[in-house]
Amino acid sequence: MHRDAVLQALVLVAVVAGMVWLVGNVQSNLERQNINSGFGFLSERAGFGINQTLIDYTEDDSFGRVVVIGLLNTLLVSILGILFATLLGFSLGVARLSRNWLISKIAMVYIEIFRNVPLLLQIMFWYFGVLRNLPSPRQALSVGDAMFISNRGIVVPWLEAGAGAMWYGLGLLALAAGFIWLRRRALNAKLTSGQPTQVWRPLLVLALALFGAAAVMAGVPFALDVPQLKGFNFRGGVTVIPEFVALLLALSLYTAAFIAEIVRSGINSVNKGQREASAALGLPESLALRLVVIPQALRVIIPPLTSQYLNLTKNSSLAVAIAYPDIVSVLAGTTLSQVGQAVEIIFVTMMIYLSLSLFTSWAMNRYNQRMAFVGNAT
Amino acid sequence: MQMFRKLCVGFMVLAAANLLAMPAVQAAGETLEIVTKRGHLKCGVSQGLPGFSTPDNRGNWTGIDVDFCKAIAAAIFNDPSKVKFTPLSAKERFTAIQSGEVDIIARNTTWSMHRDTALGIDFPVVNYYDGQGFMVRADLGVTSALELDGATLCTNQGTTTELNAADYFRANGMQYEIVAFEKADESIAAYNSGRCDAYTTDHSALYAQKLKLSQPKAHIVLPEIISKEPLGPLVRQGDSSWNDLVRWTHYATVAAEELGVTSKNIDKMKASSNPSVRRLLGLDGSFGSNLGLSKQWAVNILRAVGNYGEIFERNVGVKTPLGIQRGVNALWTKGGLQYAPPIR
Ligand SMILES: N[C@@H](CCC(=O)N[C@@H](CS)C(=O)NCC(=O)O)C(=O)O
Repeated sequence: MHRDAVLQALVLVAVVAGMVWLVGNVQSNLERQNINSGFGFLSERAGFGINQTLIDYTEDDSFGRVVVIGLLNTLLVSILGILFATLLGFSLGVARLSRNWLISKIAMVYIEIFRNVPLLLQIMFWYFGVLRNLPSPRQALSVGDAMFISNRGIVVPWLEAGAGAMWYGLGLLALAAGFIWLRRRALNAKLTSGQPTQVWRPLLVLALALFGAAAVMAGVPFALDVPQLKGFNFRGGVTVIPEFVALLLALSLYTAAFIAEIVRSGINSVNKGQREASAALGLPESLALRLVVIPQALRVIIPPLTSQYLNLTKNSSLAVAIAYPDIVSVLAGTTLSQVGQAVEIIFVTMMIYLSLSLFTSWAMNRYNQRMAFVGNAT
Repeated sequence: MQMFRKLCVGFMVLAAANLLAMPAVQAAGETLEIVTKRGHLKCGVSQGLPGFSTPDNRGNWTGIDVDFCKAIAAAIFNDPSKVKFTPLSAKERFTAIQSGEVDIIARNTTWSMHRDTALGIDFPVVNYYDGQGFMVRADLGVTSALELDGATLCTNQGTTTELNAADYFRANGMQYEIVAFEKADESIAAYNSGRCDAYTTDHSALYAQKLKLSQPKAHIVLPEIISKEPLGPLVRQGDSSWNDLVRWTHYATVAAEELGVTSKNIDKMKASSNPSVRRLLGLDGSFGSNLGLSKQWAVNILRAVGNYGEIFERNVGVKTPLGIQRGVNALWTKGGLQYAPPIR
C-alpha cells in the first residue's frame, strides 16, 4: 500500500519532468528553425470564411473564435448523432429479437450492411449520392413556399426572437418540468394502484396557462423570417447544409448498427425468468420490455454503449472529407495551414477531443452507477 | 505488472513525442550531403493536379513540378529517376517540410510573406507566375466575377485561395459562402454535382481541374484574376547552399531557353563559341563545383527535362489538354517575367 503510493508519486514526478523537458525542447527547436511558436495566433484575424457557424462569425474574427465555432459544430453533429443512433439502435436491437421472422431479418440485414461498409464510404455515398440528385436553388423543391430543398441544403423559416422572448423560454422550461412530473406521477399510480392517470389533458392546460402568462408579460416578440430566392441562393431563414445532413446521416446509421448488437446482447443477458415473471404478473410484452428487461439489460449495455458514443464523436472528424467545418477541419486543417504551427494546433485539437471523451465517459459512468444501484436493489 | 505496463506506455508516448519534437535542423551543405548519401531525392508534390504533378496511367509522375524535382535529381545524380515523390494535401505540405519528411516541395505553392518568414521555410525561386480565378457553368449567364454576389464557392482548404476569396468579396461589397474541401478531387466533384456556383483556385489549376469535369465544355473561366500567386518550390530554412542549388536549377533552364539551348541541340551547342553558352554547359568556369555538383550539372538537367520553354510546353502549353499560353511566364525578352540572373 505504502510502497505503491511512493512508486506512483515517483512516476508522476517523472512524467511531469518529461513534459517540462519536452516543451522546452520543442520550443528551442522551433526557435532554431525559425518557426513561430506559442499561442499568440489565437487572437489574430482568421481571414477565411466558414460555411456553418452556430454563433456570429466574420472573416474579421480571430482564430480563437474559429476554435469555438469548430467545437460547436463537432458538438452539434455528435450530440444529434448520438441521439439518433441510440433511438435507431435500440429499435433495431429489439427488432432483431422480435419473434416476427420478417422484422428480425430486416434488422439483421440492416446491421450487417451498415456495420461492414467503411464509414468514410458511407459519408461519401450520402454526400455525393444525395447531392447529385437534388435540384439547383432555382428549381428547388418547395414545401408550402416556406421550406426549400436544393443542392445548397434545406432552408427553413426561422423565428426571429425580439426582446421578451426569454419569458417564452422560461415557459417552455416550466412546461418540460411539468411534463416530467406528470409522467412520473402517472407511472407511480399505475404501479401502486393500477389506476390510469391523466397526463395529456393537464399538460395542455398547463401549456395554455404558461404561454398565456408569457404573452401577457411580453406580447408576441417573434417575427417569422421566411427564406426567399435572391440571385444565386436563398436569403433569410436558416440553412441546413448538405455536408451536415450527409455526415449526421452516415454517423447515425453506422453507429446504430453497432448499438443494435449491443442492445441485443444486453437483452439476451437478462435472465429469461424475468420476462416470464412479468408475463405472469400480467404486464403486456412492451411494458415488460420497458419496465423490467431493459433496465436490467442497461447494466450490460452502458459500458460498450459509452465506447460507441466516443467512437461517434471521434468519427465525426471524417467531416473534413466533405467540407463540414468541424473542429478538425477548421483547426487542424485550415488554421493549421494558414498559421503553420503544427505542434500547438495538434496539441489543442488533441486536448479538445480528450476533454470531450473524458466528459462523455464521466457522464455515462454516473448513469451506469445509478442503473447498477437500482438494478441491485430490486 | 499493471504498473509496469503503464510505465512502458508512458515512455512510449514520450519517445514518440520526442521524435515529433526533434525535426532535422540542417546547417549549410547538409541537405545535399544527406540526399547524396541516401541516393535519391525526397520530393513533395500535389495529390494530382494535371500539368503540375499527377500520376499518368502507368503510375509515373508527370508535370511542371515533377520535372522540377527530376531536374534536381539530374543535377545531383545525372539520373532524373532518382526521386521519391510524396503526394501532399495543401494542409499537410508545410508540416512535411518542417519535419524533414521531404527535402523539397514542388507543389503549386504560393510564395507569401507569412509562409516565407514564419514557417521556417524558404522559397528559392518562382517556377510559375499565376493568379486566382473563377470557373462557372456557362449556362449560369455570368460573364464577370463581379456578378458573383451571393454565390457559393467550392475550393481547397488551407490555401491562399480561401483567403483571397474572402478579401475579394469583401473589397467588392459582395456576399459569398465557401465550401472548402481537403482534397482537390472532392472539391471539383462537389462543384461538378452542383454544390457550388463557382469553383475558385489558381488560374492554371482551373484549366487542370476543368479536365476532371463530366462536361468540360459546359464551363467557362471568368476573365478576372484576383490575386498574385507566384508558385515555386520550397525548402527548409537554414541550408543556404541547398537553397542555391534549387534556385540555380530553375535558372539553368531559363538561361538555356534564352540562349537557345534545348534538350535536342545540346550536343551541337557544346561546340558553340558563345561564352554564355560555354559557361552554362560547364565548358568554362567552375559553376558546378561551387554548387557542390559536377561541371556537367546544367547539361544533365537539360538532357533530362529540357529548357524552361520545353518544360512549359510539354506539361501545360497550348498543345496539351490544358492549353495554357505562355503569358506572364514568357521570357523577359518576350514581355514575360521569367528572367535568370547571369551565369558568370
Ligand atoms: N497556390 C495556392 C493553392 C494551392 C492548392 O493546393 N491548390 C489546390 C487546388 S487546385 C491543389 O492543388 N490541390 C491538389 C491536391 O490537393 O493535391 C496555395 O499555395 O495555397
